[in-house]
Amino acid sequence: MNVTLKVWRQSNSQSKGFFSIYNVSDVSEEMSFFEMLDMLNESLVEKGEEPIAFDHDCREGICGTCGVFINGRAHGPISGITTCQLHMRRFNNGDTIIIEPWRAKAFPVIKDLVVDRTSLDRVMMSGGYVSVNTGGTPDANAIPISKVNADEAMDAASCIGCGACVATCKNSSAMLFVSAKVSQYALLPQGMIEKKIRAQNMVDSMDEEGFGNCSNTYACEAECPKEISVSHIARMNREFFKASIS
Amino acid sequence: MKLDAKIPEGLLAEKWTNHKFKINLVNPSNKRKYKVLIVGTGLAGASAAAALAELGYNVEAFSYHESPRRAHSIAAQGGINAAKNYPGDGDSIFRLFYDTIKGGDYRSREANVYRLAEVSNNIIDQCVAQGIPFAREYGGLLSNRSFGGAQVSRTFYARGQTGQQLLLGAYSALVRQMNTGKVNFHARTELQDIVVVDGQAKGIITRNLVTGKLESHAGDAVVMATGGYGNVFFLSTNAMASNGSAAWRAHKKGALFANPCFTQIHPTCIPVASGSQSKLTLMSESLRNDGRIWVPKKKGDDRAPGNIPEDERDYYLERLYPSFGNLVPRDVASRRAKEMCDMGHGVGATKLAVYLDFEDVIGRNGKNWVADKYGNLFDMYEEITGENPYKTPMRIYPAVHYTMGGLWVDYNLMSSIPGLYVMGEANFSDHGANRLGASALMQGLADGYFVIPYTIADYLSGNTGGFSDTSASEFIETEKGIQDNIQRMLSIKGSQTVDEIHKKLGLVMWENVGMARNKEGLKKAIIEIPKLRKEFWEDVNIPGSSNSMNTELEKAGRLADFLELGELMARDALEREESCGGHFREEFQTEENEAKRDDKNFTFVSAWEFKGVEKEPVVHKEDLVFENVKLTTRSYK
Amino acid sequence: MSWFLNFMNSSIGKKMQMAITGILLCLFLIVHVIGNLVLFAGPNAFNTYVEALSSVKPLVRSLEVVLALMFIWHIFNGVRLTIENRKATPEKYLMNKAAENSKLTSRTMGLTGSLIFIFLVTHLGTIWRLFQLEHGGGKFYDIVISGRFGFNNIYYTLIYIFAMALLGLHLRHGFQSAFQTFGWNHSKYKPLISGVAVFFWLIIPLAFMSIPIYFGLLGGGN
Repeated sequence: MNVTLKVWRQSNSQSKGFFSIYNVSDVSEEMSFFEMLDMLNESLVEKGEEPIAFDHDCREGICGTCGVFINGRAHGPISGITTCQLHMRRFNNGDTIIIEPWRAKAFPVIKDLVVDRTSLDRVMMSGGYVSVNTGGTPDANAIPISKVNADEAMDAASCIGCGACVATCKNSSAMLFVSAKVSQYALLPQGMIEKKIRAQNMVDSMDEEGFGNCSNTYACEAECPKEISVSHIARMNREFFKASIS
Repeated sequence: MKLDAKIPEGLLAEKWTNHKFKINLVNPSNKRKYKVLIVGTGLAGASAAAALAELGYNVEAFSYHESPRRAHSIAAQGGINAAKNYPGDGDSIFRLFYDTIKGGDYRSREANVYRLAEVSNNIIDQCVAQGIPFAREYGGLLSNRSFGGAQVSRTFYARGQTGQQLLLGAYSALVRQMNTGKVNFHARTELQDIVVVDGQAKGIITRNLVTGKLESHAGDAVVMATGGYGNVFFLSTNAMASNGSAAWRAHKKGALFANPCFTQIHPTCIPVASGSQSKLTLMSESLRNDGRIWVPKKKGDDRAPGNIPEDERDYYLERLYPSFGNLVPRDVASRRAKEMCDMGHGVGATKLAVYLDFEDVIGRNGKNWVADKYGNLFDMYEEITGENPYKTPMRIYPAVHYTMGGLWVDYNLMSSIPGLYVMGEANFSDHGANRLGASALMQGLADGYFVIPYTIADYLSGNTGGFSDTSASEFIETEKGIQDNIQRMLSIKGSQTVDEIHKKLGLVMWENVGMARNKEGLKKAIIEIPKLRKEFWEDVNIPGSSNSMNTELEKAGRLADFLELGELMARDALEREESCGGHFREEFQTEENEAKRDDKNFTFVSAWEFKGVEKEPVVHKEDLVFENVKLTTRSYK
Repeated sequence: MSWFLNFMNSSIGKKMQMAITGILLCLFLIVHVIGNLVLFAGPNAFNTYVEALSSVKPLVRSLEVVLALMFIWHIFNGVRLTIENRKATPEKYLMNKAAENSKLTSRTMGLTGSLIFIFLVTHLGTIWRLFQLEHGGGKFYDIVISGRFGFNNIYYTLIYIFAMALLGLHLRHGFQSAFQTFGWNHSKYKPLISGVAVFFWLIIPLAFMSIPIYFGLLGGGN
């Protein structure tokens, strides 16, 4: 099949970006979306042009490195997968595909489709951990944890930090990302000890990083490749409120 | 050069305890005087950075990723082994040690493996304390499952995302130290070379992948946790950026490279679909518990699988290994699949695949039962291939997965360059010739949390600390060498892309240094690889400049090293005239086509010394001494 | 008190202020709509009802002050959030298929809120002001039904119906959203909240609308 790509090109964070149009022919439907981009990049290099820069690594939907906006959707038209898991059989011959980087003040563009998501790491630095040092911990079975809580914590912990929630949110809010971590630890006895200070610090840090405010559109949940529920946002709201008033 | 593994004296079970007591310590208030440079922040690197910072050392950590959470440790699915014996099925530290030594086909060190088994329990305690949501039973206690190569249930898991959860645990410990300022993390920063001053590793040169700037960093020790080199094959289950450059550049600076030919090929991967394939996806090994592997009996049979009647199917693993059937170890399953395809029984468009069929289990237990157990994997398979595995059998083929070889280290994890430590997949230490499932995560965290924090003190205590002189001539010269090399690559402006040459290398490696090797093929590889190297240095085309983000330049630098490393792998495989674990030499097999080890002549570690790119390397042998286990032949009949 | 200010200025705190004021305004709607429905009982009943309210003026006035504060707070906070959110998204996508991941009502709270605000000003400037100028005399019913700004004015009637439809859309998202913000999002109680939400986003606006429809469009009361 042949497709036309309209891709955001921007040489660095300072320069002005623009859309470039590329025709890619002989795309097979077995190809992944990124393999189609690889093929285009190979042809660009052969012509001596700079290839389109995009973030990717594991190409199996777990590292969270990849993520672009494809035809108006974070990670493309299929729900519950990352961009690297998208395959070309989801497109038709003659399609025009618009590819844009994540857009958010907290995710400045570095180059082309590559954005800087270190703001998420800084939020994690402010409290995304249990303060235990290495060694000297009790036996792993010393504290039983209800399976229900452990499973729900695992649901939250499955976040891959790709930033799709921020990218798709009309306010660029990071609430789903932050709440997944706050919620995971709030559900487990190990994390419960610091839950107040954690909720407080992580929300403060999220606000400082320039993410927007949540307005409960739930677009984040719909676009999350790991389908993390907004119920974790509700839990974080609760935890934050309790932490603020007590 | 004499290799001293520094294995402590005494009984096996007491070696580590005694060693910890005997080695030198750094006084708590003196630790802040030392700076440790940690390259790579996956499981091993992140855990080491956190543990060292907690102790009070100053840590500079480096990753080519934007965040430590992106490391490929994250992709491990199955789980992590530990000798907790929670199910009460007879597990013990010794049994875990024994299984690991045996699984590695007796090509690893007893003392290292025993220590690994010993600290495995601490790892689980540590991870639970960090809030890692391991799977649990209804009573609230931790759940275990069984895994290949073991007769006990000792694998702890977090759904199919154990690697992710363990990495995020180590990452959480790391960000906590970043927050205190004890760890300074350098994102999107790739190691270019290590700097050796007066025979000791004292610094590194890095390249900022966003600005292209080369930077010098000085410290009192360098720790590398830079992963494996499976991408030398171009196609592997490794992440796209995984590479062997850090290890290789350290090797060129004098660090010995051990057992480079020991590569693990994983049997259940989704086969290559087209020439533009960029990487291979692993389907969890657990599928072999319920799926049946077969090929058509007739060569070149083009019928759809459903149209091939039962009596024209060859369930070859069940036929060859009646007692283990589809559950033979990874290396055996992989080799047999290749054999079937080589004989013309392969299926699918490329004929490089075998069927993994769930028809029987669906008939027996129903579709829902299968969906409950493997739903995610089936969905993933369908998304990639467009075929519904509930209806047609999956097609699978082996793929390069893990490299047991790596930089040679002693018991303290120090390489042959004083002050340079190597951890995780980047070192060679614990898995011998074959790694058992759910052991990679264990080793990464053992090295990072529980070994290096002790052993590094032994070295540091002999130094005054506070080395910070990046103006030393060694730094200037190394940086200049890198700069020249980059400019040389950029100025070639030939006619081939980096990936084109990499694919050629991958093909040579896969054909000759892959699942089954022979003298002729290996000799051919030793001739072919230098030719490709020449091709690269004369004909590669890298657009763009060195002073901005340039993904082609990054890939080119990594390929340049693979083009040297690949040759060493072939040499090592040629030298090792036996079959063991993941290394199968066709000349050395039993009458039943099983691997034939030669314990008399090859019970050693091959540690290679670099002598120059176009010069033959020199091998040093570290004899392996087995005092606690008896060397036996693996049989899965 | 710095903890209090921190909370009030945090993103979640601002959301909670939005939710609390919103829920209180919803409660006010119940009182308001019950009063309106008295119109159906005829002029005497309605006039008596309004006069009864006038007899407890101080109470009504103080409630009105509270109500005004709620409105101002809700609006001020909404504007503040909108400005901040705009700042957080300086660049828009060329193509954004938001309809595939979220409901229109949830994305248009600023728009529906602003239009409702315009209506509110109109409403205060007309009927409410005329009510204030009246001191007894039993003319309240006529002001609503046949006055210059009453429902015999087809424009006013249509604006009123339109505004109530917007109110419905605003509450369609707003009501349940408030509970999510309070953190009350438990799978066991979600159906209950959704049920109560229907009362606020559908029944109340319809009840408000029934009056202009009956008296304005269908010629009722004459």
